[in-house]
Amino acid sequence: MSLISEMRRGGQGYLLSAPALIMFTCLLLVPLALTLILSFNVFDYEVGVKSDSYTLANYGEVLTDSYFYEIFLRTFWISALVTLLCVVIGVPEAYILSRMGTPWRSIFLILILTPLLISVVVRAFGWSLLLGADGLINQGIQALGGQPIKMLYTPFAVIIALVHVMLPFMIIPVWTSLQKLDPAAEQAALSLGATQAKVMRLVVLPQIMPGMLSGTLIVFGLSASSFAIPGLLGGRRLKMVATVVYDQYLSELNWPMGATIAVALLLVNLLVMLSWNRMVEGRYKKTLGE
Amino acid sequence: MSKNGPLALSFHALVVVFMMAPLVVVCLVAFTPENTLSLPTSGFSLRWFRAIFERADFIDSFYNSLILAFVAATLATLIAVPAALAITRHQFPGRNFLNGLFLSPIIIPHLVLGVALLRLFALMGVNGSFFWLTLAHVVIITPYVLRLVIAAAIGIDRAAEQAAESLGASRFTLFRQITLPMILPGVAGGWLLAFINSFDEVTLSIFVTSPSTQTLPVRMYVYATESIDPMMAAVSALVIALTAVTMIVLDRVYGLDRVLVGKH
Repeated sequence: MSLISEMRRGGQGYLLSAPALIMFTCLLLVPLALTLILSFNVFDYEVGVKSDSYTLANYGEVLTDSYFYEIFLRTFWISALVTLLCVVIGVPEAYILSRMGTPWRSIFLILILTPLLISVVVRAFGWSLLLGADGLINQGIQALGGQPIKMLYTPFAVIIALVHVMLPFMIIPVWTSLQKLDPAAEQAALSLGATQAKVMRLVVLPQIMPGMLSGTLIVFGLSASSFAIPGLLGGRRLKMVATVVYDQYLSELNWPMGATIAVALLLVNLLVMLSWNRMVEGRYKKTLGE
Repeated sequence: MSKNGPLALSFHALVVVFMMAPLVVVCLVAFTPENTLSLPTSGFSLRWFRAIFERADFIDSFYNSLILAFVAATLATLIAVPAALAITRHQFPGRNFLNGLFLSPIIIPHLVLGVALLRLFALMGVNGSFFWLTLAHVVIITPYVLRLVIAAAIGIDRAAEQAAESLGASRFTLFRQITLPMILPGVAGGWLLAFINSFDEVTLSIFVTSPSTQTLPVRMYVYATESIDPMMAAVSALVIALTAVTMIVLDRVYGLDRVLVGKH
C-alpha cells in the first residue's frame, strides 16, 4: 500500500490527534525552535537582543569561559553522584520491598513513592529545616555536645535533597522489572547450591538491569536540569546549570546566553543518555548472548 | 511473614525515615508557637496558619494554582483522550512520532521548556497572561493523561463496541455509551495526576508568570529565597494536606500503586 492511501485510511486517526498536535506544535516545537535560533543571536547590553545578527560567540563562551565550564562540570559530578547514590540505595530497597508480605509491601511502597507527588519546593524547604545552621540536625549535634556543622548552601545539602527527590524514580523502574522475576528461578538456583551472593549476581541482577538503566537515565537527566533544589539549598554561591540559566534570563537579561546554556544542557543530556544507553545495552546483549 | 533479614529491615527503616523526615518536620514546625523555625516544644499553636490568611498574595496565588490546575487538567484530558484513542485504535503513518511527541514533555527538562515558552510569549507580547500560562501547563501535563488513557484503552474488550457498531450506533453514541465508561478510570486517574502535576509545577511557571498570575509554588519559592519564617512551614503543611487528600481520591478512582508504578 502506498503512503498516500495509508494516510487516507488513517484519516480518523489524524483527526483525533489534531487538537493535541496543534497544541504541541505551537507550544512545544515552535518555542524550542525559537530558542535554538535565539542562542545564535548577538546580545548587546545597550540594545538587548539583536535578532537580525547571528554569531557562534555564545557557544564559544560557554565552552571556553571557566565560569560556565565550572558550572557544567559541577552540575555533572553532582548529578553523577546523585545517580550513584540512588542506585546504591534504591536498588536494594526495591528488592527488599518486593520480598515483603502483602499488607506491608503496598503500605511502604506508597509511603516511599508518594513524596513524588508533593511539591519539590515543600521538600526543599523541609531539608532546609533539617540542615540549616540552627536546623534540627545541628540542634541535635549541639545537644550531644558537638560543634555545629555547615551543611546548608553546600553541595552536601543539594546532593542529599536531590537523592530524596530522585529515589522514587529509581525504585519505580527497578520494582517494575523485579515484578517480572520468577521467584522459582531464585529458589532453583539456591536449591542447586548457589550462594546468596551468586544468586544475586547471576539471577537477580541481570533481571533488574533494564530497570536500573532506565532509572539511571531518568535520575541523571532530572538531576542535571534540577532547578528548585539548587536554587533553595545551594544559595547564591553554589550554582548549577539551571540556576545559571535563570540568572541569565531574569537578572542579567542576556537571553541569547541563557538560551545557549539551555540548548547545551539539552544536548549534553541527550548525548550522555544515548551513549550510556548504547554502552549498557551492548554489555547487556553480550551477557544474554553468552 | 517477611523474608527479609534484620540487616535488610534496618536498611529499609532508614530509607523510610529518610523519605519521611523532611515532610514530618515541616508539618511539626508549622504548629510552633515561636517566632523562629523550631519544633513546637512548649505547646501547639495555629498562629502561623492564621498568618497565611493575612497574606492576600498567598491566598491569591493559591486560587491561581487551583484554577490553573483545574482548567489545565481538564483541557489536557480533552486533547489526550482523542489522541490516546487515535494511537491505540488507528494505524496511520506517523503514529509513533505523534506518540513520542506527546510524551516528550516528560523527558525535556521543564527549565528548557520554560525559557522556550518565555521567548515565544515575549515575542507574542503575552508573557504573564493566565490564559497562556494555562496552555503551557496543558502541554507539560498531557503526557500523564495520555499514558493512563492509553493503558486503559488497550485493556478493554472491543466486542461491546463492535456489537454497538453493528446495531447502528453513531460514532458519538458509541464513544459516549460504550468506550468512555470503559476507559473512565484511566481518564479520571489521568485527570487527577495531571491536576497534581500542574499544581506542583514550579520550574516552568517561574519563567512565564507575572506577579498577578504567580502560582503558589512560585510564590513559595520566591518567598523562601528571601526570608524564612514558620509561615512557610504552615503553607507547606497545607500543601502536603491538600496533596494527601488528592492522593486518597486518586487511590479510590484508579489505585495509587497503579498510577505510581504503572501496574495494570
